[in-house]
Amino acid sequence: MTQTISDRPDAGSAGVPAEREHILEVTNLRKYFPVKSSGLIRRTVGQVQAVDGISFAVPRGQTLGLVGESGCGKSTTGRLVTRLYDPTSGSMKFEGREISKLNRRHMMPFRQEIQMIFQDPYSSLNPRHTVGTIIGTPMKVHKSVPKDKVLPRVRELLALVGLNPEHYNRYPNEFSGGQRQRIGIARALALAPKLLVADEPVSALDVSIQAQVVNLLEDLQKEMDISFLFIAHDLAVIRHFCPEIAVMYLGKIVEIGDRESVYHHAHHPYTQALLSAAPDVKQAVIGGRRDRIRLEGDVPSPINPPSGCRFRTRCPLAQDICAKVEPPLLQVGPKHKVACHFAGELGHAPKHPVMSDLLGVDEQGSPVPGKQATAVGNEPGYDSSWLDLKSGRTVTA
Amino acid sequence: MTTTASQDTSDRPDLSPEERADEPLLVVEDLTVRFPTHDGLVQAVTGLSYQLEQGSTLGIVGESGSGKSVSSMAVLGLHDMKRTQMSGSIRLGGKEIVGMSEHRLMKIRGQEAAMIFQDPLSALHPFFTVGKQLSEAYLVHNNVSRKAARVRAVEMLDRVGIPQARTRVDDYPHQFSGGMRQRVMIAMALINDPKLLIADEPTTALDVTVQAQILDLLQELQRDFNSAIVIITHDLGVVAEMADDVLVMYAGRCVEYGPGKEILTHPEMPYTWGLLSSVPDVSADADARLIPIRGNPPSLLSPPAGCAFHPRCDHTDKVPGGLCFTQLPELTPASTGGNHIKRCHLANPEEIYQTEILPEIAPDLAEVITQGNIDEGQREDEDEDR
Repeated sequence: MTQTISDRPDAGSAGVPAEREHILEVTNLRKYFPVKSSGLIRRTVGQVQAVDGISFAVPRGQTLGLVGESGCGKSTTGRLVTRLYDPTSGSMKFEGREISKLNRRHMMPFRQEIQMIFQDPYSSLNPRHTVGTIIGTPMKVHKSVPKDKVLPRVRELLALVGLNPEHYNRYPNEFSGGQRQRIGIARALALAPKLLVADEPVSALDVSIQAQVVNLLEDLQKEMDISFLFIAHDLAVIRHFCPEIAVMYLGKIVEIGDRESVYHHAHHPYTQALLSAAPDVKQAVIGGRRDRIRLEGDVPSPINPPSGCRFRTRCPLAQDICAKVEPPLLQVGPKHKVACHFAGELGHAPKHPVMSDLLGVDEQGSPVPGKQATAVGNEPGYDSSWLDLKSGRTVTA
Repeated sequence: MTTTASQDTSDRPDLSPEERADEPLLVVEDLTVRFPTHDGLVQAVTGLSYQLEQGSTLGIVGESGSGKSVSSMAVLGLHDMKRTQMSGSIRLGGKEIVGMSEHRLMKIRGQEAAMIFQDPLSALHPFFTVGKQLSEAYLVHNNVSRKAARVRAVEMLDRVGIPQARTRVDDYPHQFSGGMRQRVMIAMALINDPKLLIADEPTTALDVTVQAQILDLLQELQRDFNSAIVIITHDLGVVAEMADDVLVMYAGRCVEYGPGKEILTHPEMPYTWGLLSSVPDVSADADARLIPIRGNPPSLLSPPAGCAFHPRCDHTDKVPGGLCFTQLPELTPASTGGNHIKRCHLANPEEIYQTEILPEIAPDLAEVITQGNIDEGQREDEDEDR
């Protein structure tokens, strides 16, 4: 374990305070996948707007959770951060250095520092390789450890994730789902990364095993000071693991904030619906279920997303303005941003759109002549001042 | 409830008189399922018994490999009898399923009991339109024209909330989203008004919001059709919302069985405790550590001697004489009474749960539940325990 920490390059090299605070800053990140027509000449006929202008920051040594339904772009975001996909536009700064446009060779050193844990422990391990090969390969590729030290390090990693170190010669099929996920975690840790992207690391596991893996990740984070970008659709797991949470819908972040703000003072109707839909054992135990907000229909296609606010087709609060103007992600609390014209706590949604003045439009969303839209920045992190929704004034901390 | 049931029977002239017997709709008694393999005999289900009344819901919970799907497939007679050793009795509406001929089983499947599978994409045939698959299910059991069957298919799609059912009926499964496909599966299962619906992890592959829609739909349909539902899941939240009765399975055996609320508030088997403590929930203290069940589920080729759960149990030291390691506990009534039974040697499980388990998993809830008990007039029990 001490070995792991000493292996890492000096962590305190970053100069600017913001970089010390945030290990990863993502600004206006976009990923559009082309849709090709069928036939011999495959022209691009459309674009899947999988991730469309999102900004967030992962605090150093901390966890940011990404939650949303399937198809909302959360996994794409994870793959963009690890550069398994190339972003269409936008910037990604890892420890202050821009990584979104680096070529393969220049990306290499960063690959050591940003690693990924995959969802499916069955398809993400090569069945023809032994566990030792699987975990040892990253070290050989990056030459981070002398050749004769690879095996001892593999055994150390196996012990670290709670497997028998003597099992390095076995094949993945000899392990159960939970154990395989541990192998995947050991592989991700092999290069002592600073940032781990965990893409649904527990959703393929049995309940009792899920808890084992979540606890393991928590321990590793404490011991090795790893930052996590934790992607999951399970609200309970996200809440348990992540002090800060971003809720995604159709390629956009609709709400981001600390745990308390998102789970207890959710301002976006989608977040509220998600929270109310999660079945909750302990609620049921003490009597009955909570009222559920029923969302009608399915997520619209990201090829042709709705105009204005993307959630408006399923939103109980939607009005004319929602179709005309897209609500920007507006800071409404010290650590809380929300993108909704009618942002407010459940049952206390405002009658009038909260940011029509800012956007230079009237309450129906038509532009007011002579009025300029104030730019609402799409910057990662939080400002020291925000718009207080109750008083309608800007408040400074 | 009984009135609806008798209406149902009057609608179906083909029912035999024995069906009106005064017995719950589904009775499973001492069901044992074994699969001989090259490695040995897989003891998938052992001595399982439960009952299900018309119009109520049973939740079967357990890890993968605990026998929950195998036991439910047995109810539909879906096991290949050449490769399966099955004993015990399964009576559906008074008819014995174990040992029934394939020909008669065909009549039961779909007509009296139907199944919703976990993964709708692999359970629907990709080559045929949804309408074709739905009407086929209807034609098998009803002597009607294709046209009438198609009308019925549209009606069912509409019933399960698929918009523009009239046009969507000609679509192929891949043209539907995950939630819609699951709705199609439900429509297909319900097209012949079965009295028993077995839902095998019906929402595991779905998102939370869609899961909520499907669970609502199932409950709504249950009210309308008064069917009995067996819901198989590993998600205790789903069970808490849906089930009247809960059956917890471990290593092929029932380890705890009783009314849902009872099992969730006063579980008496360490495995159930483990299941409850290993799920985080959206209202609990986020700093509380999850308490996983250590180890892995046992192999069903050679289940551990004694209580199958003992290698993973933290409470074996509380049982005198190491009984857990040598003797299989019987299913005995729980200390809180009622129809709640458990398979455990622990003498005072309720006390251990209240003093050791609950404060750890939900300190704030420990109080609420204690108060709840007092409301239910169980103060004396509490005092005795202390």
